[in-house]
Amino acid sequence: MNIVEDKELRREIIVDNYQHPMNRGLVEDSTYLKENTNNESCIDNLDMQLKVVNDKIEDIRFDGEACAISTSATSILIRSLIGKDVMTARKILQNYRNMIEEGEYDPELLGELVVYDELSKQPNRIKCALLPYQAICKMLNRLDES
Amino acid sequence: MNREDFPMLRQDIVYFDNGATTLKPQCVIDKMVDYYSNYTSNIHRGDYEAAIRTNKEYDGVRELVREFIKAQKESEIVFTKGSTEALNMIVFGYFKNILKKGDEVLIDKAEHASNVLPWLILQEEIGIKVSCISLDENYELTVSEVKKSISDKTKVIAISHVSNVVGDIRDVQSIGRICQEKKIYFVVDASQAVSHIPVNVVESNIDFLAFSGHKMMGPTGVGVLYGKYDLLLKMKPLEYGGGMNQFFEEDGTYELKLPPIRFEAGTPPIAEVIGLGEAIRYINQIGVEKIHEHEMKLKKYLIQEMEKIENVILYNKTSESGIVIFNLDRVFSQDTSIYLNHYHIYIRAGNHCTKMLKDDLKIKNTCRISMYVYNTKEDVDRFIEALKNSKDIFKIVI
Ligand SMILES: Cc1ncc(COP(=O)(O)O)c(C=O)c1O
Repeated sequence: MNIVEDKELRREIIVDNYQHPMNRGLVEDSTYLKENTNNESCIDNLDMQLKVVNDKIEDIRFDGEACAISTSATSILIRSLIGKDVMTARKILQNYRNMIEEGEYDPELLGELVVYDELSKQPNRIKCALLPYQAICKMLNRLDES
Repeated sequence: MNREDFPMLRQDIVYFDNGATTLKPQCVIDKMVDYYSNYTSNIHRGDYEAAIRTNKEYDGVRELVREFIKAQKESEIVFTKGSTEALNMIVFGYFKNILKKGDEVLIDKAEHASNVLPWLILQEEIGIKVSCISLDENYELTVSEVKKSISDKTKVIAISHVSNVVGDIRDVQSIGRICQEKKIYFVVDASQAVSHIPVNVVESNIDFLAFSGHKMMGPTGVGVLYGKYDLLLKMKPLEYGGGMNQFFEEDGTYELKLPPIRFEAGTPPIAEVIGLGEAIRYINQIGVEKIHEHEMKLKKYLIQEMEKIENVILYNKTSESGIVIFNLDRVFSQDTSIYLNHYHIYIRAGNHCTKMLKDDLKIKNTCRISMYVYNTKEDVDRFIEALKNSKDIFKIVI
């Protein structure tokens, strides 16, 4: 059975990424870009860092207090994006957003991120899931500008 | 107590978010509908019957409030939009004009944003110094810490009567006496106190006091600023307009009316003020002491039951009010509140507008239960049952 069908497995992936998220903890390193992200309607608050070298995402880190959905989504996004070139990363991010907002997306491209494909049924969690997306996009845009 | 008076409680809910706002009894709702249905009119201007009745109802509430907080004069009671507006009026209408660079204002880390930010802005604007009185190991504010914090620069002590997070009742009577001896202004945010415990502005030597109607079974959009009359005379309005002036001329001369009308420019929240009056009558009927006793009984029971559950972390067991803050071990507070909503239990997760308390608590966000007169032992039991099942929390929140 693949993860899209097995509800228990999806939940396990989310909980595991919440309780043991990837790359929690920031680094003192000026080669990283930094962005804070929070939303007014909930209390999640994340700091994120991004390092891009030669058009490739070398590292993404985060810290802060946030709910199970935003923390796990941050962790899975980080895992999905590290090692990708910026164009691919942007594609993944756009597809992720489309999925969360009930639009068209390519599940192949999203891999493990499809565990959130039913999140749009809980409208009050959409912002939680998009919190890391926003921070990463902002940093990528800053990169483009410079 | 009195559950049948609250239409919201016909729903199958446990309402544990009274610190944010309370439910409204039918009599308050009816009172406002009566104004809108039967005698709508503006105040202070009309000569017709409805207007005369509106004036009478509106002005009558001032006396009810005076008696409620045991002020000396009705003219010391100003109607505002709420606590936030009242506190801003105190800081920018009074203290901005009399404090000087280097003067010290003492607050504490458990204060609500509305009693912190105005002072911080004033610090930026005129160079006063805002300092925090330390809290004790239970995050409570003690008289001895207040004494320790006072320096010869201290001009104002501005604290909440009851903290909206820790729920500790501050000994305002002793602090008021100290302020009197040392000639320090005493500002009290009574948002979480009025309607939970008796408040007496004269006995506690309070110079300015603020509270909101919606936290005491009254409507939103109305609150009260109390000020000693001689201080109100020196306070500047933050708003100017109709109703509050005696006259004004083309050449720029004008005269303002006396307090409290001076501070109520424009059409006030008439229905809300009248509703607030009804809320006070309703509270008086039950008795504030009885409400407090009821909350304490529930809190003791709640704590006793929560302590039996192993993954519960309690932060404020000792405080003498209906407020309990907690977290489930390794669960983000908002996930807990989303989980409890599944059982129709309404609590609040967050920093409760006291962003500075995180340094002491060593955690930014907590879950807050705040109980009131209509909560019952059954509410507590239902909540405890939900917590006991919380091993499955992620099955519900994810
Ligand atoms: C202690 C305290 N002060 C001030 C306020 C602000 O009240 P309002 O939002 O009604 O102006 C609150 C409300 O949360 C409070 O709990």
